[in-house]
Amino acid sequence: MAEKFLMKGNEALAEAAIRSGCRHFFGYPITPQTEVAAYMAKRMPKIGGTYLQAESEIAAINMVLGCASTGARAMTSSSSPGISLKGEGISYIIGSDLPCLIINVMRGGPGLGGIQPSQADYWQATKAPGHGDGQILVFAPASVQEIVNLVGKAYDLAETYRMPAMLLADGMLGQMMEPVEFPDTEPVVHEKPWALTGTKGERKPNIVNSLYLQPKELEDTVKARFERYAAVQEKEVMIEEYQMEDAEFAVCAYGAMARIVKTAVVKARAQGIKAGLLRPITLWPFPVKEIGSYGHKVKSMLCVEMSMGQMVDDVRLAVNGACPVSFFGRTGGVIPSPAEVLAEIEKMAGGAK
Amino acid sequence: MILNMLIAGFGGQGVLFMGKVAAYTAMVEEKNVSWLPSYGPEMRGGTANCSVCIDDEPIGCPLVLEPETLVVLNAPSYDKFVDAVQPGGKIFIDSALISAKCTRTDIEAHYIPCTQMAKDEGLDGLANIIMLGKVLKETGFTTYEVLCEAMKKCVPAKKAHLLDANLKAIKLGYEYQE
Repeated sequence: MAEKFLMKGNEALAEAAIRSGCRHFFGYPITPQTEVAAYMAKRMPKIGGTYLQAESEIAAINMVLGCASTGARAMTSSSSPGISLKGEGISYIIGSDLPCLIINVMRGGPGLGGIQPSQADYWQATKAPGHGDGQILVFAPASVQEIVNLVGKAYDLAETYRMPAMLLADGMLGQMMEPVEFPDTEPVVHEKPWALTGTKGERKPNIVNSLYLQPKELEDTVKARFERYAAVQEKEVMIEEYQMEDAEFAVCAYGAMARIVKTAVVKARAQGIKAGLLRPITLWPFPVKEIGSYGHKVKSMLCVEMSMGQMVDDVRLAVNGACPVSFFGRTGGVIPSPAEVLAEIEKMAGGAK
Repeated sequence: MILNMLIAGFGGQGVLFMGKVAAYTAMVEEKNVSWLPSYGPEMRGGTANCSVCIDDEPIGCPLVLEPETLVVLNAPSYDKFVDAVQPGGKIFIDSALISAKCTRTDIEAHYIPCTQMAKDEGLDGLANIIMLGKVLKETGFTTYEVLCEAMKKCVPAKKAHLLDANLKAIKLGYEYQE
């Protein structure tokens, strides 16, 4: 078995990216993800990589665009307000069909908001990371180990489908330490015939671009991209189902919130309430079929988030009216306690009897 | 749960390091563990706190809101957290810095003048580790040997000269008679 380390989520994330072949990091400091940049600053020069602190988040994401267009594994990292600044660049990367890894260690918003853990950027990540028709892959780890496991996966899928991937964590995951081991597997290497690597006079020049002035040409390009999105939605959904076999009440939660819900589900089971947890690991593609399939099996569902209720929209769409879906959340950096979630599960179970 | 601990004090008292050493005992014994610090403005001079959970089962919520074991290293932390301790839980108070006496009868209070002991023994800055020795003694969350082993993992090579002082601090706390 590989050696176990006790590491902060942010540091494990950076190490996992390096082990996945990332050699180019462009960032700008912001709490609560600063350890990602600090770790990269320490390690990259020692392994022949690039650590570059840009003059702003906007500059950093555009450096990622340039770097990714050469086929190199590039990465940027930030927290909520910084991700908003990156929005334009993310849209350009989507429009240029480039793979890259973007980290959002979420904090409370809107505006400068606060610096404590939050999940209030779900809509931004899954619906509109930038302007235009487009999606990015969104992964939501719930432990430091899962952060490590998903970083490699994110690069792999980003390159397979030529689209950006985002790892959506929060301040709690970024700051906490847990035991972690790094898999020995080599990163998956993808052929990149589209990359700008110099023609050496031997091939036609590649062009990386997101500008199409002819509407029909732009429509065709977008439609082709959406065919790839359909393949992603078909093949790449990830979800954890916990105690769902005989569940009468399902609780949906992702990321760090799902751990707290799990504790509450265990307590509910101890009281004789048949509760279970549905934890989407990919937020886009969202587990529509998987969650939808429980609509007729459970009496009702509860969605719990560290926000005013964002993923709950997708849960309701997935369930499509087959069962009632309620919501509980705290926001602004307040973390719901297991006791609060348990009280909500009791309320749901009581109301359905 | 083997350990469900909240440590609170001023920034600079070694709240986070104390938690880290406790967390490393779980690495030695291959148990599940989480360590979660407070972060933000409180690190810059205000109160700092740190949650440590050790269990045979996977850790659910890493945030300790109702500790079984509470360590308070300053008066504001005592006032803030004393009522949060689970009934049947334990509170550890640095009595050199906190004059309050715990009036709750459903928890076990321990008073250790860690800061004074550290000063008397020439172990300035190690009040936190003296406290950790006492926490070990009263809760038995691991063994004395494992805690010393964990301390060795936490002291970086370039600070190896500080290891003996830290081990001495553990012993001092472990053997302290109230």
